[in-house]
Amino acid sequence: MRYLVSVIDDKSNPGSTDRQPAISAFNERLIAEGYWVFAGGLADTDAATVVDNRGEQAVFTDGPFVESKEYLAGVWVWEAPDLDVALKLATEASKICDRKIEVRPFL
Amino acid sequence: MNEVDVREAVTRAHHEEWARVVAALTRRFGDLDVAEEAAAEAFATAVERWPADGVPANPGAWLTTTANHKAIDRLRRENKRDDKHKEARLVHDDDPPEPLGAIDDDRLRLIFTCCHPALAMDARLALTLRMVGGLTVPEIARAFLVAESAMGQRITRAKAKIKTARIPYRVPSAEDLPARVTGVLAVLYLVFNEGYLATGPDTDPLRHDLTAEAIRLTRLIRALLPDDGEVAGLLALMLLIEARRAARVSASGELVPLADQDRGTWDTALIAEGHRLVRERLAAAAAGVAPGRYQILAAINAVHTSARDVRDTDWSQVLALYDQLVRLDPSPLIALNRAIAVAELDGPDVALAAVNRLEDRLAGYHAYHATRADLLRRLGRGQESRAAYDKAIELAGNTAETAYLTRRRTQLP
Repeated sequence: MRYLVSVIDDKSNPGSTDRQPAISAFNERLIAEGYWVFAGGLADTDAATVVDNRGEQAVFTDGPFVESKEYLAGVWVWEAPDLDVALKLATEASKICDRKIEVRPFL
Repeated sequence: MNEVDVREAVTRAHHEEWARVVAALTRRFGDLDVAEEAAAEAFATAVERWPADGVPANPGAWLTTTANHKAIDRLRRENKRDDKHKEARLVHDDDPPEPLGAIDDDRLRLIFTCCHPALAMDARLALTLRMVGGLTVPEIARAFLVAESAMGQRITRAKAKIKTARIPYRVPSAEDLPARVTGVLAVLYLVFNEGYLATGPDTDPLRHDLTAEAIRLTRLIRALLPDDGEVAGLLALMLLIEARRAARVSASGELVPLADQDRGTWDTALIAEGHRLVRERLAAAAAGVAPGRYQILAAINAVHTSARDVRDTDWSQVLALYDQLVRLDPSPLIALNRAIAVAELDGPDVALAAVNRLEDRLAGYHAYHATRADLLRRLGRGQESRAAYDKAIELAGNTAETAYLTRRRTQLP
């Protein structure tokens, strides 16, 4: 079972910026234990562009699809046998990243 | 066997076997929906068949077999349409869980799945009452004053999340067990409390159906986890509160506070059972096992129910227990109840000072104002007391409590 694990940061109350070494170590462990599928940090939402080509003409909009205080700072994809395993890892991940984590299953 | 006997046999089987049938089918078919529907169909079949065929010697086995057939029929029908359901089976391990008590029972898996922390609290309540308690959706909707369609959706959504997010069907590991048991007990205590002090202008002030169901389910957990102190504590707490049910509301529908209750109407059998459990936990505490909050709350209720007359109440014991509880649970509600014991020992002025310190956190809670109103009344500060009663009445949701507070207000000099 695959889970999208989103790291949520908060513009008004951002998490600490010194987490990278701990996150790297955690990634090593995810790989060693067979949970790791993908990981990636994301650039600031200011760098996002939204494309809408549902109408006559493609429209490009500067910025994220939804403006909010909370935003996606990075993602993982994990392979885990069930939600309990994913939640346990996410509990550690939240501490390690100093940020909130959303766990969402792929269909 | 006459019709009444058969009906009673079905009701008894429903009480005793529903959770077992749902739990066994969920394990076998990996799907709560299939299990729930097949169990309901099996009971409907029993209602149809037992009057003519007689009640089977082993109703539980008959119901499980019948439900199994119903589930297989349904899966065969669905298989012809699509094969996808196979992918969405609930995961469970077949290893027996680490020994927790005397019984390895699928019902434990069912309870822990329904009370999973990834589900919203209202979904856990609804799902537990449906899957473990066997209440129907309309019954649960009535219990929580929610429209039937909304309650149906809440349960459907919870089942869908269990499936898509893969909430497993298993008893948590020993390491996670204490936290998860706490979650289960919180669900049962909420059900009990809604029955004990029902909210809403159109409901009975006491909902015996809910307190009885909460006690029944807690007894079940107790049978499944006999060594868990907090399970014993919660059961004792519920029994000692339930024992006072007949005395809690007057003939005119008014709440009767503990001090004014006719103690002769308390249920002595429930009190004896509650006291036995509290003694069992006291023995464990003496042996060095630190008691949790339900055990301490049960002990406080044991002190109250040991006093034949309110004047015999051992308030210093009550206060000592509240002090212990405050260390464990710094919630302002506990501090509020502690102040009531303080009033008895050190006087209403000392208690009032303690209560006033809780204003920031409890200003929106009726019991805060009701407690202040009573303390101010005892101190002869009628005008302030009246204002506090006004506020308490405005915030109280329970009809019997509103009636009581209103009378107290009119009796102020």
